[in-house]
Amino acid sequence: MRVLACIKRVPITGGRIVLTEDARAINTQHLGFTMSPHEECGVEEAARLIEAHKGDSVVLTLGPPEAVEQLRDAMALGIDRAIHLQTDGQEWDAEATASALTDAIRADEGPSGRFDIVFFGNESADSGGFQVGARVAHALGRPLVTGLKKVTVEGASVRCEQEVEGGRDVYVVPLPAVLTVKEGLNLPRYPSVPGRMRARSKPVAVSTPARPAPRLELVRLAVPAGQGRRAESLGAGAAAAPAVVEMLQKAGVL
Amino acid sequence: MTVLVLMDESDASRQALTLARKFGDPRSVRMDAIEPFAPDALAAALAQAADELNASAVFAAGTDRGNEVMARLAARTGLPFAANCISATPGEPVSVTRLRWGGSLLEEARLHSPRPLISVAPHTVPEDTGPRPQDVDMKPPAEADLVVRVVDHVSPRNGGVSLAEAKVIVSGGRGVGSKEGFAIIEDLAGLLGAAVGCSRAVTSAGWRPHSDQVGQTGTKVAPDVYIACGISGATQHMAGLKGAKRILAINSDPQAPLMLNADYTVTGDLKEIVPAISAEIRKRR
Ligand SMILES: Cc1cc2nc3c(=O)[nH]c(=O)nc-3n(C[C@H](O)[C@H](O)[C@H](O)COP(=O)(O)OP(=O)(O)OC[C@H]3O[C@@H](n4cnc5c(N)ncnc54)[C@H](O)[C@@H]3O)c2cc1C
Repeated sequence: MRVLACIKRVPITGGRIVLTEDARAINTQHLGFTMSPHEECGVEEAARLIEAHKGDSVVLTLGPPEAVEQLRDAMALGIDRAIHLQTDGQEWDAEATASALTDAIRADEGPSGRFDIVFFGNESADSGGFQVGARVAHALGRPLVTGLKKVTVEGASVRCEQEVEGGRDVYVVPLPAVLTVKEGLNLPRYPSVPGRMRARSKPVAVSTPARPAPRLELVRLAVPAGQGRRAESLGAGAAAAPAVVEMLQKAGVL
Repeated sequence: MTVLVLMDESDASRQALTLARKFGDPRSVRMDAIEPFAPDALAAALAQAADELNASAVFAAGTDRGNEVMARLAARTGLPFAANCISATPGEPVSVTRLRWGGSLLEEARLHSPRPLISVAPHTVPEDTGPRPQDVDMKPPAEADLVVRVVDHVSPRNGGVSLAEAKVIVSGGRGVGSKEGFAIIEDLAGLLGAAVGCSRAVTSAGWRPHSDQVGQTGTKVAPDVYIACGISGATQHMAGLKGAKRILAINSDPQAPLMLNADYTVTGDLKEIVPAISAEIRKRR
């Protein structure tokens, strides 16, 4: 079995987002980075599938040179190797991203055979375009199921549970397939020290595709105005309990 | 000029219609036109109707279903798609403002497209009150577009108060300290008939199931009162709280972002404060 997980490097923004001077990006000078929780679940699922079925697991990203950190994180969770489409740090729109990822998938599948499952996060954490998985699936001519909280391979097909209001919708589609997943699909393992050590020597194939002009073109970012909350202190410690109960009564919930 | 809208019975659909009217006279494809749900068949129907009507744009609500069908439409037509917009102005290019980071950041963008595909973020635009648009005539779907379709539905097992609909939520973060530490959170929630929520630090540690997680990659909530105990208030947690009417923050750090973004605060150790609130409620019964 061959499984691919696609991930994106994003900043951990903390309590308040600060923009660069030209307001075209988040000021990440003092921030750490991660892959999105959705994608981490895709990586974990890919690792589990290959542990169970044997084969080849691969992680793919389009991002700046530093995104190799997130590729190593994925390999520390058990993924065998990585493909890094390096950018100069400029953002790519969803259409251009999907087309570069599709090319990379085709190039890897040529010598190694097709991926039975390609995992994506349901939406990227930062730009939230909700479409890269759909574009790649269409380009590859494979079925796509989105927003998954459970994935079960059953022979030549895959049973998928999608979170909807009031429960889960079930789909069964033939492999190969493209699946977009959400956090909660599984509980990703904590990477072990030996896992991290092994990840350091796993192969990362690097290439540098050219960035096409975006058709969804970012002009500027803005932090939305706060909701105008002005915190009223009800006190400190256990002595605040009566004031809290009175507030709850006033709010009509007690 | 005709604009095409993917519609269902939700408020979010009527909000999408509000922006769509700026692009022409609306006609609709109904989300339930193909039952059981088959998103490729809906995308095919939208693509065909858009061509036949020479639609100026295609709109949908920025719900899971809406975004999913629009993404498939974008893929099959090779057009750009702007998801979760809160404004859209016709022109060449079209100007949009859209949500990023689950609503924690706004993006102004230009959409260069002969036929803009736009979804509208729920609850950011007023509802349209005009007449319901007329549905387009649809051909039966192609076999290939029915490969992906709903074949079954499973319901959740837990009978507790659902997080998304709860009137009161008592939520715990890393400050609760352990899985067992949630006993005092559950006790207070029980007294208030509230749902229990938590932050991602808690689900990552395995203290609570992901179904309890509030935030960008968890559940978006809209309670009358949200009680945040030992939660710092990262932007991704706050992204789930935009619908909360009142927020009470209990935290030992008065400068924690949640303490600054709350309506009410109590400063101190939640392990003393939460049981004291429960005791006070019991005392008054
Ligand atoms: C793409 C992405 C998506 C994410 N999605 C989500 C999401 O959906 N939901 C979510 O919650 N997070 C999400 N996160 C994680 C988020 O960034 C934070 O890491 C997380 O919310 C922190 O959880 P916390 O507030 O419980 O922990 P911390 O940030 O560690 O805060 C703990 C707080 O508890 C207080 N405290 C400690 N002890 C006590 C005590 N005894 N009494 C009172 N107060 C105490 C501290 O002062 C502190 O403020 C996401 C992150 C990323 C990058």
